[in-house]
Order: sequence, then C-alpha cells, then structure tokens
Amino acid sequence: MQTEIIISGFGGQGALFAGQLLAYTGLDNGMHVTWFPSYGPEMRGGTAHCVVIISDDEIGAPIVKNPAAVIVMNIPSLDKYESLVRQGGVLVVNSSLVDRNPKRDDIQVVLIPANEIAEELGNQRLANLVLLGALLERLDVLSIEQVGEGLKGHIPAHRRNLLEANIEALIRGAELSKEQLEPA
Amino acid sequence: MAKELLKGNVAFAEAAVRAGCEAYYGYPITPQTEALEHMAKRMPELGRVFLQAESEVAAINMVYGAACAGVRVMSSSSSPGVSLMMEGLSYIAGSEVPVVLVDIMRGGPGLGNIAPSQGDYNQIVKGGGHGDYRIITLAPATIQEIIDLTYEAFDIAEKYRAIVVILADGSIGQMMEPAELPPMQEVRKREDRAEWSLTGAKGRDPRVITSIYIDPAEEEVFNLHLVEKQKKIEANEVRFSSLLLEDAEIAIVAYGTAGRIAQSSVKQARDEGIKVGLLRPISLYPFPYDEIGKVADQVKRILVVEMSGGQMLDDVRLAVNGKVPVDFYGRMGGMVPLPDEVFEQIQELNQKANA
Amino acid sequence: MTDKKMVEALIFSKPESLTDVPTHYCPGCTHGVAHRLIAETIDEMGMRENTVGVAPVGCSVFAYNYFNMDFAEAAHGRAPAMATGFKRVNPDMNVFTYQGDGDLASIGAAEILHAAGRGEMITVIFINNAIYGMTGGQMAPTTLPGQKTTSSPLGRDIESHGFPLKMCEILSQLDGSAYIVRRSLHDPANIRKAKKAIRQAFEVQRQGLGFSMVELLSNCPTNWKMTAEDSLEWIEENMIPYFPLGDFKVHPAIAKSKKG
Repeated sequence: MQTEIIISGFGGQGALFAGQLLAYTGLDNGMHVTWFPSYGPEMRGGTAHCVVIISDDEIGAPIVKNPAAVIVMNIPSLDKYESLVRQGGVLVVNSSLVDRNPKRDDIQVVLIPANEIAEELGNQRLANLVLLGALLERLDVLSIEQVGEGLKGHIPAHRRNLLEANIEALIRGAELSKEQLEPA
Repeated sequence: MAKELLKGNVAFAEAAVRAGCEAYYGYPITPQTEALEHMAKRMPELGRVFLQAESEVAAINMVYGAACAGVRVMSSSSSPGVSLMMEGLSYIAGSEVPVVLVDIMRGGPGLGNIAPSQGDYNQIVKGGGHGDYRIITLAPATIQEIIDLTYEAFDIAEKYRAIVVILADGSIGQMMEPAELPPMQEVRKREDRAEWSLTGAKGRDPRVITSIYIDPAEEEVFNLHLVEKQKKIEANEVRFSSLLLEDAEIAIVAYGTAGRIAQSSVKQARDEGIKVGLLRPISLYPFPYDEIGKVADQVKRILVVEMSGGQMLDDVRLAVNGKVPVDFYGRMGGMVPLPDEVFEQIQELNQKANA
Repeated sequence: MTDKKMVEALIFSKPESLTDVPTHYCPGCTHGVAHRLIAETIDEMGMRENTVGVAPVGCSVFAYNYFNMDFAEAAHGRAPAMATGFKRVNPDMNVFTYQGDGDLASIGAAEILHAAGRGEMITVIFINNAIYGMTGGQMAPTTLPGQKTTSSPLGRDIESHGFPLKMCEILSQLDGSAYIVRRSLHDPANIRKAKKAIRQAFEVQRQGLGFSMVELLSNCPTNWKMTAEDSLEWIEENMIPYFPLGDFKVHPAIAKSKKG
C-alpha cells in the first residue's frame, strides 16, 4: 500500500514543513517514506510544494503523476493540481485564499477556511496544520494522534512553544473535515 | 543506529565527515548548496577545514593542494560548476592524488536550470577534462546509497590514487528519505599520511607531485600505468543492482533516479503480467558491460531510460553488441520521467517483443 | 701535524635548498638568481624540511627540479588556490608559490586576488619579466605599452590591448595582504634588497600576519631579443619607471622589527 500526498502553496505558508511532518511520522511508525520538495529560486512568496510518499514497501519513484491526496493552499496550486488528483482521492482546499470551488466530482473535496481558523487559534502560521488535520481525517494513512506525536518529536526547538497550538490546529482541521462529511 | 529522515545533500556531506574527510572546499550552486552549508557548520566544529572558494576553478585546485598533503579531501558541486572543475580534475588524474567529488546534476546545457537531470554522464564518465584518464563514477539512487557510496568513496579513491565522483541528480540532493549514517572515523594522523604525500623533506629525499612528463616516451609510460590501473578498477569495482531479471523478456537499464523510477514501472508492469526486469548500474565507470551482455543473451529487448538525451545509451549498446534491439526513453531539461510514462514504454516494447 | 698543510676555506657553496642540477633556463636569465635567493633564505631560516613549494606553468614549470624540497606542480594560474588548499591542512608548514606574470596576473588573476583577500598565510614570489617566455615571447599582462612581442608585433597598443596590470599596487589594497613589495634583479645591490624582501615575506608567513608577495622585476634576454647585459639595462630603463620599486604594504609587526 502506497499513498502519495502533494502539499502546495506559496513559500512561507508551511507546505514543506507539513510534508516533512508527515514523512517524519511515517518513519516513526515504521513505514517507508520520501519527501521531495520543489526547490525553485524563490524563498518567500514563490510557489512551494512537496510530494510525500508513505508506503509499507520500498519506494521507487519519488514523484507521482496522480497523487492520492493534495492540499492546495492558494489558487495557482488548485489550478495546477485539481485535475491530477487520483479518481476517488482527496483534495483539501484552503478556502480562505481560494475563491473558486473545485469542479471535480469524482474525488472528495474538503473546503477549509484555514487562515480564519488559524487566526482563531491565535496564529496565522497554523493554517498548514489545520489543512493537514483535515486531510488526515479523510485519508487512511496516519492518524491525528500519530502526527501529533510526530510533531512532538520533530518540531524545531524555536517553535516548541507552539506545540500545543499546532496539535490543536490538527484537531480543529480534522473536526471541520468530519463535519463536512455529515449529510447537510 | 536508528534511521533518520535525511536530505540527500546533508546526508552525503555528513557521510564524508564520518569518513574522516579533513577538508572541504566548495562554491555555492543549486541544487547542492545544502552540502556546502552543512560542511560550513560541521567542519569547524570538528576542528577540520572548510573554505568557500572564489570559484569552482579555485575550489578544485584547493582540493588538489590538500590531496597532495595526503589528507582526505572533497568538494561538491552541480553541473555548471563541475564543468569549471574539469581542468583541475585532469591535473588531479595526472598527478594520481585521491579526491572525492559529488556532482548533483541539473538541467543544461549552459545555465540551464536547477531541476534534476542526468546530462553530465558523458562529462564525468567519458572524461570531460583533457587527456587519457578515467574517473571512478558511482551513481546512487537513494539517500542511503549516496551515504554509503560517499563513505566508501574515500577508501576507493585512496586504494587506486584516483578520483571518485558520486554522480547524482538534483532530486537525490533535495529529497528526504530515512537513512542510517555510518560510524565516525577520526581524521588520519599526520604520521600515517601516504608515502607519496608532501609532508616536508625531513630526513628523506624531496617528493614532487606533478602531472608533467615532457618526454612523450615518459608520458606514454605513465599513460600505460594509468591503463593498467584502469584494468584493476574494471576488474574490481563494477557494481549494479538487479530486479526481477530471472525470467525477464524485457530488461530496463537505468541508473540513479531514472533507475528508481523504472523500478516502480517494472512493478506496475509485472502486475500486468509483463515479464520485465531492471538492471541498475551503480558504477558507471567501470560500467557493467559483461552483466548487461549476459542480460542481452536472455531478453528479447532492452530499454534504456535516462534523464538525458541518451548518454549511457552508448555504453549499453556496446554491452549489448547488437544481440537484441536497444530502445531508449529519455526526458531532458530537468524533466523527470513519471513511472506511468516508462510503463507505457514497457507496454509498447512488450507488444513488439511478442509480435 | 705537518707544517706545510694548505688551508682550505669554503667561501661559496650551493645552498642546501637547491639541487645539484643544471637549470634549463636561458643563459643570462634571472630565474636562477631568484631561485638562489629563495633557497638561501629558506636555508638561513632553517625551513627546508618544513617547506612545500608550488610551481607554476611557464618557464619555471620545472622549478621543482632545482629546489631540494617537497614540491607540487599547479595548473596554469592556480598555484595560489593549490597552496591555499595545502596550507589550510598544514598551517604549521612554510608554503610558497613561484609564479610568472602570465600565470599570476593573467590566467590566475582571480586566484591571486582571492588568496590575498583571504589573507592566506602563503608567500608568493612573482617573477615579472613583461613577457610570456615559455611559449616564445607573447604579450603578457605586464607587457609595457609599445613593447614588441610576437603577439603585439607592432608594440603593445593600449587602445587595443589596454594597460599593464600593476599587481603590487592592486594587491596591497586588500586588507588580507600583509607584505607586498616590488624589487628588481638587475644589479647586485638590488639583488641584495630582493633577498631581504624574500626573508621578510617568509617571516610574515611564519608569524601568521597574512598574505605576502615579493614581485621581482626580471629579464628575458631571449624573447626581448637582446644580450643579457642589455636586458638588465632594459629593466632599469624601461620596467622600473612603469613598475616602481618599493614597499606597497608592510605589516606593522614587520615594519617595527625592521627598525629594531
């Protein structure tokens, strides 16, 4: 079983870190993982994305054409990846920054106003983990609890004061994602 | 030791540190810069030498100077930077001092781009610099492999007094994967430096390290010596990995990142019942000619996959020697072939093979 | 003891730092003088067994045959980089490069500039004879305006070829340089001054004060197409006015010891 996840946004939105967190957690739980970033010359404000593959078997290609899941954190990312999500896959959209709805009806679409929720939680920069929580709720790869543990182990020392808030962000994202599953 | 999630550039730099590398000279260039940055932090911490040179030209000549001292020394760069090092590499080969270099290849020619590519095969494997010499070239496909090969590269370089290049592409430099680092070796003690190294002519005759043989007859003797050395390298240092070749009717030959992509495609094709296998050369010089020749005796067709216009392809053709058709699929310019694309090629070949 | 024994006194000998090998240099060339000054100085400082030299590409490409010490042969212009790489892993050794004008000021301009800028603890002996000797007399970066060479047959035209590079003047501007002087080898008095400068340069390295370079104005009777004697006069009359002799930078620690 192999799961490919792409996380894409502007540089500085935390797409690369959210992907690394998944990779670390996968490793901590005895799985094979790869984390493959875009590494363009842009540092802040440019596009940044990463491909994370989590597998119970050795991983060949570190890239993929049709990922099982994609988190898009801005409009260019939605434009690029909407059509590529594998049939039956998951597309998590940061609706705070994306003002159009995805057109696909053969995938699960989750719309999360991640920036607003992050602000409610007290820090704009938590948006990435709100979205990650929303994805994990829909994807049978790693649990919120496992990723929470991963966060404890791998959050950079200078961000350790934000650990609780990060875990809260994961949980909030997962809750919202679950709510959207309930029939209206 | 437990596995850690490591970025390729950091992983090979740390592997070099642990191999007892005493000096690193380099110049920033994407996509290998994290290696230079790691060394900038690590080497002074350990009381070893890190120096950012004014250019790759200077960097490789600094490496040359330190190698003359008999210490373990390395540099790393990416394609355009490695082009600038060709002069120095030729001198190093002509002086027979051991040196390790990592080339994290990117799209070209010219400034090209910073995306992953395998366009430097000819430059590294076939020479690049002037004169008759070969570079032992090792091509990792995973982070663990770039660690292991870099660690061992210093031993191999010293064994043959030759250059070892680790030839990888930007994706291996940039990606993260779980891997285990080797144990730390201390740097060589001064009194243990090789008997040819320049240590000061104290109580002995002076030593000279040079690549000049002004008399053509002497130069030829030296050239022949290098040829003899190459024969030993060719006999001892061939490395490759193979996957599902036993019953294969189609064989893919691909190295590095193209090799691991092909691995995914092979599994995909096997699920469809196509008898395909993979031979992944790990040493590009010496090239696994005999092993590919044997595969050619067994399969109906061979597909070469590269992130280039077909550079290793020539070597595969030499190995196959016309026994079976050799097809090629390549992506260039920093484009990485997707497993699906290679899978389609396999399907097409399977039809041809069984037509 | 017999009463009529002849007394033999050694008044002149080959420095230990030179090998007993006839050089390949042209008759009248000052390379031999420069070699001897370096060798005598290294002998006097007792550093032969702790010295590594880096030879250039140019007429002195075989310098390592004449110096009785460990030597490495660099690519054209790269001696300062090679010496840097070596010195950094052997900070306690005495490391010098021996470079001509084409090697140092043309193809190796970047390497010399940055070695000086970094304050590398190496000593550079720069032989400036305003011409490419080994390749047969082409224009060098230090060829004088109007000077005829095989690649400037009508004389160096500054409109087309620009101006000679004055390396001491350039390198002395860098904070990393500690001792930058220009001397000449055209007569005994100047040769003695040159030797003192070489001593100071090695002293600067020994004390870890920074980068040191001694530029030696030298001749090339063969490619200048003159007798050896005329070539020495030519240095005095033509080179010195363009490349003035003097101390361009002397580290205070050395300047002080000079007085005392």
